[in-house]
Amino acid sequence: MKTKYVLALAVGISMAFGVHAANYQSVQADKSSISFRYKQMGVAMDGKFSKFQSTLQFDTAKPEAARASIEIDLASVDTGSAEGDDEVIGKSWFHTAAFPKALFVLKQFKPTGPDSYEAIGTLSIKGHARELKFPVKYSAQGAKGQLSASFNLARADFAIGEGVWSKFDVIGNEVQVNFQITVLSGK
Amino acid sequence: MTYTYTTPAKALHWLMAILIGGLLGLGFYMADLPLSAPKIQLFSWHKWAGVSVFALVWLRLFWRMVHRPPAYPASMTALQRAAAHGGHFALYLLMLAIPLSGWLMSSAKGVQTVWFGVLPLPDLLSRDKALGHQLEDLHSALAVGLMVLVAVHMAAAWYHYRVLQDDILQRMLPAKAVH
Repeated sequence: MKTKYVLALAVGISMAFGVHAANYQSVQADKSSISFRYKQMGVAMDGKFSKFQSTLQFDTAKPEAARASIEIDLASVDTGSAEGDDEVIGKSWFHTAAFPKALFVLKQFKPTGPDSYEAIGTLSIKGHARELKFPVKYSAQGAKGQLSASFNLARADFAIGEGVWSKFDVIGNEVQVNFQITVLSGK
Repeated sequence: MTYTYTTPAKALHWLMAILIGGLLGLGFYMADLPLSAPKIQLFSWHKWAGVSVFALVWLRLFWRMVHRPPAYPASMTALQRAAAHGGHFALYLLMLAIPLSGWLMSSAKGVQTVWFGVLPLPDLLSRDKALGHQLEDLHSALAVGLMVLVAVHMAAAWYHYRVLQDDILQRMLPAKAVH
């Protein structure tokens, strides 16, 4: 009886970890999204970036060796309103004329459970770099894989929203960033 | 028989007169401002006040149902009565339609209305830029209509006071004035 359970458990674990090992080498940009949520006068607002480039190496059998970088075209921002889009690329916010891209580089990737990982990496925006640590969820979807992550950042850490916008009464300091990345095994 | 409005009816009338006057002025002022932190604040305040008016109209309609307005003076002709009825009906209609169009417009523009930053109103429409613009046009057209109607309303009150010399104006004043 007992050995049966142990066997079942072993099979379960190997299914969770090993059996569907996949080696991903690129990101399918049109099936991936980078969105964000912020608060304006206490009201949650959703935005997204439509253009980004990325490199990726992720072998589920060797997650620690994972490598990834994402470069976001900040001018491709959609804040939810046209005048917001014009405003946010300006000097007080992203200042895209001088700092067109945001860059995230993965430094460490380690498993924390079945299909869940912890990522540590550096995010650079507008000449300011901050180290981030956040959980990542993985799911296999046929030949493709899906990585999703969500973390909060303080916009003030990156000087996003200076001058009259530097107070947080109208636009909150906390911004939630959401990644939904579809990964492919081919290049 | 009483010829004056009840105190709550008067209070609601004048409170809403002040709120709506402010909302109209603020609305047309803020609409064309370039984006800035104060603009976002003004929009929020406008929305909070607008929702307040929307709630107050329902309260006022309820009060009107249980406390009927005083009868028109016998000197008023059938045509004058019909005009007064029609005008008041249109005023109430706009006082409901304008905040409703603003609420829908906010939903379509993707900016939820959260009353005083505390009570979220459900988004009745999903985000749709083109629809948002159409509702914005509707919202401001209705507001222009309300301004015209309020002007007629005030002119009529003055006409009753100076020309017809009945007590239509006085019976809405805080204390019934003596002739």
